[in-house]
Amino acid sequence: MTQAKPRSPKTSRKGKATGKSTGENRAVGFPEGLTEQDLLNSYRQMVLVRKTDERVWMMNRQGKVPIAASCQGHEAAQLGSLLAAQQDGDCFLFPYYRDLAIKMMVGLSPTQVMLSFMGKVGEPYSGARQFPLQGADLEHRVIQISNVVGAGLTQAVGYALGCRMLGDDTVVLAYLGDGATSQGETHEAMNFAGVHRLPVVFVCENNRYAISVPQSLQMAITDVASRAEGYGFPGVVVDGMDLVQSYQATREGIKHARSQGPVFLEMKVERLMPHTTDDDDRRYRGDDEVEQARLRDPLVTFPAYLKEQGILTDQEAEEINAEAQRAVNEATDVAEAASPPDASDMLSHVYAP
Amino acid sequence: MPLKSVIEAVREAMLEEMRRDEKVFVMGEDVGLRGGVFLATQGFLEEFGQARALDTPLAEASIMGIALGAAFRGLRPIPEVEFADFVWPSVNQLIGEAARVCYGTNGALSVPMVVRIPYGGGIRGGLFHSQNVEAYFCHTPGLKVIAPATPYDAKGLLKSAIRDDNPVVFLEHKKTYRLVRGEVPEEEYLLPIGKADVKRAGDNVTVVSYGLMLHYCLEAAEVVAAEGIDVEVVDLRTLKPLDKETVVESVKKTAKLLIVHEDNLTGGVGAEVAALVADEAFEYLDGPITRLCGPDVPTMPFAQPLEDAYMPNTEKVAEALRKLAAY
Repeated sequence: MTQAKPRSPKTSRKGKATGKSTGENRAVGFPEGLTEQDLLNSYRQMVLVRKTDERVWMMNRQGKVPIAASCQGHEAAQLGSLLAAQQDGDCFLFPYYRDLAIKMMVGLSPTQVMLSFMGKVGEPYSGARQFPLQGADLEHRVIQISNVVGAGLTQAVGYALGCRMLGDDTVVLAYLGDGATSQGETHEAMNFAGVHRLPVVFVCENNRYAISVPQSLQMAITDVASRAEGYGFPGVVVDGMDLVQSYQATREGIKHARSQGPVFLEMKVERLMPHTTDDDDRRYRGDDEVEQARLRDPLVTFPAYLKEQGILTDQEAEEINAEAQRAVNEATDVAEAASPPDASDMLSHVYAP
Repeated sequence: MPLKSVIEAVREAMLEEMRRDEKVFVMGEDVGLRGGVFLATQGFLEEFGQARALDTPLAEASIMGIALGAAFRGLRPIPEVEFADFVWPSVNQLIGEAARVCYGTNGALSVPMVVRIPYGGGIRGGLFHSQNVEAYFCHTPGLKVIAPATPYDAKGLLKSAIRDDNPVVFLEHKKTYRLVRGEVPEEEYLLPIGKADVKRAGDNVTVVSYGLMLHYCLEAAEVVAAEGIDVEVVDLRTLKPLDKETVVESVKKTAKLLIVHEDNLTGGVGAEVAALVADEAFEYLDGPITRLCGPDVPTMPFAQPLEDAYMPNTEKVAEALRKLAAY
């Protein structure tokens, strides 16, 4: 497993969240802050998200879901960071379009998610005006307005500024892909957050592809986390295929953000599917590359780790998978039978009253 | 009533609203220590502190994005774009994001934000300190666009804009800042967004305008009055939403319409007003709907004769009124 590397002398996390290998953690028992129940629950979530992701992709091929951006390969990074945010209890999330696991597991039901992908009444983010799960889920403290990469980051930083002005203790988690790191507004967001030491954790899910453009054509550096130093805050490289490491790095990141200001976490992940259902990645990725990536699929490695730790048995894993499949099947049936919005709805909410 | 300048009215409006509601704050380049390049926020840093008179890096996209994010948290930001010519880096946040927030969240979120933008030419500003930008924003559902001409309107409309829960683009013509003075009541007042104002009543020709040009129209109306042409001058004040009723009622009375704006002719506010009148008052018209606007060149040039050639003025408006009245 890749060790997380603290990138700035300012960070004091060495030897805590990121300096220890998971091997050492296994040897001494449990990673700090986590219980068996947490890990089992994360596995349940991971399976449910994967079944949902596979289902919507299939339904796209059936003509029932117009578009989907798969999070396959990003689940460990997303669910690990979400677990840290949920444990903290006072985080506000600005995810990006590939964050299905985050948006679902903040508290949406599989049915709500399926309604969203099918554009039906009950869609929780935008009333089915936007792409699936895009808009705002304020009940669960989540905002993602648009598909312009980087645009959500200055908004996230502004949200953190607003929280500080009102005396909140909230930490904002702002998610981005590696593609967004090229955008000018990403620089502006990180610069402003650094100047004002705002409580923001930037979580970059680096899958090395901006749609088809590889990392080598996006940046001249190996680790985008190294840019953080230029903004005056720490950048940390994390193995985003490892849920425990993703959790620990985010947990430390949240603490740091609240007490000292921004942190940049670069979670190295694999994109196991094309960019979206409209993409064909065979035009720019070799079969071998994706096959190799699948060996590190968190849906393979995480249950193996849990079994090795004696937390999960084969039978429990089967039950968890069967339960998730049932939930997704039921949600699909409900969503298929649900009504689409009435056409008259098209004119509402152009302006706030 | 005391006489005040437009810039004084703008400053007073923000001052009163910031004293009334602590969620209101100003942000932008030079708004704190410098008090604004036009001194619109002079003294704010001393009264409200750094957090509410927030000097930002010189980066317009983030000024707008950060304002938007603060609005999501429930604050009421007033981001200032130093000159309209510099609004372009922030246009994604304004047109792409802010305008779509309410619609794109099914009404769950709104954006109580006023973007103050000093704009306009006639001040030897050249291509990058003179631009008129209103048409771009008027095309965008979800935004409101206000362009006052007088101190009284500027204050009353800015206060209403700050209390509005939608993103408002508030355009202040730079040449009016100190040139135009007018009566402003001491007591508090608000003016409704979306209501035009008949600044001069008349029977023969309607002229519709806003901003600096409104004053040239009023002067031209006096010039041609001596020649027996009685002009009604309608000040739009709000460009979006348009006050259709006031415009249509005036044209029904005068049967002739001249539209004057400094912005480029093609696709400008005047085109929308012309289409409105063609739709709703066609049978009342007794002459061609006429537009006197900036020509279709990329903003007024720097050299004096070139700038003068671009700018509509009192003489040009008077001439257009004579031609139209002759029908």
